[in-house]
Amino acid sequence: MRVVALIKRILIQIFRDKRTMALLFVAPLLVLTLMSLVFNGNTVSPVLGVSNDNEQLIEKLELADIEVKHYDNVFDIKEVIIDNNLDGFLLMDENQTSLTLLNDDLSIAKSLEMKVKQVINQQKLLQFIGASAAIPNEAVTQDLITTNYIYGTGETQLFDTFSPILVGFFVFFFVFLIAGIGLLNERTTGTLERLLATPIKRGEIVTGYILGYGLLALIQTVIIVLFSINVLDIVLVGSFWNVVLINIIIALVALSLGILLSSFASSEFQMLQFIPLVIVPQVFFSGIFSIEAMADWLQVLARFMPLYYASDALKGVMYKGLKLTDISYDLYILLAFAIVFIVLNVFALKKHRRI
Amino acid sequence: MNEYVIEIQNVTKSFGEKVVLNDISFNVKEGRIYGFIGPSGSGKTTLIKLIVGMDSPNKGAISLLGEKMPNLNILQRIGYMAQSDALYTALTGKENLMFFASLFKLNKTERQRRISYAAKLVNLTEDLNKKVSAYSGGMKRRLSLAIALIQNPQVLILDEPTVGIDPELRLSIWNELLRLKTEEGKTIIVTTHVMDEAEKCDYIAMLREGSLIATGTPGQLKEQYGVGALDEVFLHAGRKIL
Repeated sequence: MRVVALIKRILIQIFRDKRTMALLFVAPLLVLTLMSLVFNGNTVSPVLGVSNDNEQLIEKLELADIEVKHYDNVFDIKEVIIDNNLDGFLLMDENQTSLTLLNDDLSIAKSLEMKVKQVINQQKLLQFIGASAAIPNEAVTQDLITTNYIYGTGETQLFDTFSPILVGFFVFFFVFLIAGIGLLNERTTGTLERLLATPIKRGEIVTGYILGYGLLALIQTVIIVLFSINVLDIVLVGSFWNVVLINIIIALVALSLGILLSSFASSEFQMLQFIPLVIVPQVFFSGIFSIEAMADWLQVLARFMPLYYASDALKGVMYKGLKLTDISYDLYILLAFAIVFIVLNVFALKKHRRI
Repeated sequence: MNEYVIEIQNVTKSFGEKVVLNDISFNVKEGRIYGFIGPSGSGKTTLIKLIVGMDSPNKGAISLLGEKMPNLNILQRIGYMAQSDALYTALTGKENLMFFASLFKLNKTERQRRISYAAKLVNLTEDLNKKVSAYSGGMKRRLSLAIALIQNPQVLILDEPTVGIDPELRLSIWNELLRLKTEEGKTIIVTTHVMDEAEKCDYIAMLREGSLIATGTPGQLKEQYGVGALDEVFLHAGRKIL
């Protein structure tokens, strides 16, 4: 009977807490829906630039689901690829065939490489058979095509393109939780109210929180980045300090968002409930899954996720070796997020003291 | 300088539909102890919060030391002790005092002096380096009082300062309040629902369901209702209104 009493009490408590109920029943559906949307994206055709205007070849490539664009007089392949948003470039002249891959999204690069090689091999094979049947097959398939990479190498692992995103994610996640719970505790123990009975300004409280937890986030960031690079051997092409800088800005966004959302939570448990609502969706849009392949409205949604910009910036510096100026756009957006959240925080504290 | 330290004029406060304070007017003179008496839920804490300026009234106005509340600068001159012990339990008693002292405009030597003074006052000097999580309920209450006194405020506003405290300690806190009043001329407001504490106040305001039902010195009130004890005053005055 005591067990029954316990069961009854638990159920009453949960039923009274509407938010927890909603989370229990609705949040999984939300996350599942997001997942299905993210995974069932259309496959986008890779875009390939070619120097050769052999119509037969272009037709074959297009049949293999490749969007082909023709460019004349190409000097700097890298520039052409980046400026025109290509996934690769196929250079063909009399004595060599070379494929340059952007290798930004590993899955796109791999499938493009495979398709191009297939088409070229078929093509060459036909030519050779026509010209001379004497050349052995093996020699044909080998060395027909050389592959170059703009980012990474042929040995690039999936984890290499993911790891910058993961570094940013963990910084975001832990700072979000710790700072949020920190302010929440201050509220539930009554110390916030006590604090507000002193001449401290609301802005000072928010600033103190941001700087205090920001310092912790700084240390955390340095440890995570050092460990990832030196122990886990994660690729770092760009500057270490830029990675730290990006992560500090990520931490700033996470801090201000965590503190802000904590004012909508009345217990640590309710704070944890923000994970499926705020953190999980961001993972889907951080670039681990190809955003280009998502429905248009989902791509728009991605632009409202701080981690989308964070991942772009981190991947830019760590994997592509971009400079700070190349990713400044991402950083400005992240800073804008942080500023908005900080200002909202100052207003949210008004709930506890009018002035 | 204004005659009154605190002026409460026709203050009404409601949360949603519920009227918590209904047209309260009350003035507080310097250098006395005022008791807000009333059962839980009568609006005492809400009134305290309005006086401190944590919230603003829907109607009416409150001024403290001549300034209309809410006003941040005035908070420098008010010592506030909340109903619950709002302390940082991971810090030591001294660290708690240090933290709150730093929130007020005090220079370094003054801060040190006030910390040792306040700690001595509430008899916590020897326990200052212990973490608050290891404090007993009474020690926490005393530390809260010490924090309220830390910046040497002119006005002390104490929300149920003696709740959950043993009789001996309660007596020593009251003796201290009386000393602060007579020797340092401080104005003190306490809320309580203990009638024998009310007897020690110079002036009493009885609250019931958000309305002031009786005000006056303990002697006046007893005389007015022709009874021998304050709790009878409360019952009589309450009956009148109901």
